[in-house]
Amino acid sequence: MELVNIFIRSIFIENMIFAYFLGMCSYLAVSKKVNTAVGLGMAVIFVLGVTIPINYLLENYLLKAGALSWLGPDLADVNLGFLSFIMFIAVIAAVVQLVEMAVEKFSPTLYSALGIFLPLIAVNCSILGGALFMQEKDFPNIGQATVYGLGSGVGWFIAIVAIAAIREKIRYSNVPGPLRGLGMAFIITGLMGIAFLSFSGIKL
Amino acid sequence: MSTETIAAVKERKPLFTAKDRKLITDPLDDDNPITVQVLGICSALAVTVQVKPALFMSMGVLFVLIMGNLVVSLIRNLIPSRVRIIVQLVIVAALVTVVDQVLKAYAYDVSKELSVFVGLIITNCIVMGRLEAFALANKPGPAILDGIGNGLGYSFILLLVAVVRELFGSGTILGFPIIGEWALNLGYKHNGLFVLPPMALVIVGVIIWVQRSRNQKLIEAN
Repeated sequence: MELVNIFIRSIFIENMIFAYFLGMCSYLAVSKKVNTAVGLGMAVIFVLGVTIPINYLLENYLLKAGALSWLGPDLADVNLGFLSFIMFIAVIAAVVQLVEMAVEKFSPTLYSALGIFLPLIAVNCSILGGALFMQEKDFPNIGQATVYGLGSGVGWFIAIVAIAAIREKIRYSNVPGPLRGLGMAFIITGLMGIAFLSFSGIKL
Repeated sequence: MSTETIAAVKERKPLFTAKDRKLITDPLDDDNPITVQVLGICSALAVTVQVKPALFMSMGVLFVLIMGNLVVSLIRNLIPSRVRIIVQLVIVAALVTVVDQVLKAYAYDVSKELSVFVGLIITNCIVMGRLEAFALANKPGPAILDGIGNGLGYSFILLLVAVVRELFGSGTILGFPIIGEWALNLGYKHNGLFVLPPMALVIVGVIIWVQRSRNQKLIEAN
């Protein structure tokens, strides 16, 4: 039940885009067509689902205060927390590279669908943001952390596909010149964010 | 031969040439990182509910941008281009760790308020974007100026949004009351909507609208 709760919360209430503005750069840049938006969204779900559990293990067995106690009592009061930024970003960059190579080897169709988006994802704020939120939320076990990662990814996917669909349609309407493109995308995202606010308070 | 060298010495550039000045002033308006280049929105909007965290965030980004640009520009000929993203990420991550530790030591309450968003300076697209687009191909001097210019352009929008949100959302600026009791007694109400996240997006949208109606050449062709 807790898992379902975390999943729903991370999709609708703590949505990466509408509540925290994470991954906005690629969200705005790649949302002109629904097809490419779906590709990038899938890649984000995938990478979040893989990197969050890895970073969870790193955090709990290497970085957190007292996390090294499994190596011996002398190391019980070591706190490597200040290294977490470097570790997390290195893991993300490495995993993205590995995933790219693995997907290319084993599933050429998926690779041609995701291919160009995978390198972009290393610098997508929502991936590092997911890892840092995971650190802050301090999940009790790896299952919850993984579900959180997948849920955040799905939330991001929904957001980018929705805005891409709206932007495809809005091309046919008469938007004032200075608002065309970027300005309109910002305001639509704001309105969608207000709509998503109505989910707040849902608890399963 | 000797006269030539003397002439060359005499024609030495002034400290800031017009090109150098352009590096600083362009990002403030025509080439603003947020409203025109669309970089660095990720961690920007969430910290603009009040002016104070926005101020600290701007200083952090300014520091990381200048130092990152400088370091990458200094070692630009040593970085193999295949692994450059990882090298840049590690440099930036180290700089952000410094900022985070300084904030934790000297401004703990702000550091708590910014929470994960300090760490997110690492993937702030402004930093990576400027490293990729400018520092990798330019000498350290212009790279520093580019860092300053883009950092200021970013700070400008950030503070503008923060001032609007704090003023209309809670009637204060930097915690000082601007809209006094008398206005509230006359029936003025703080607009709670400005404190909610979606309003930041709408405000940036409006800023873009104003900027593009002043500067028609930035208008997109749909």
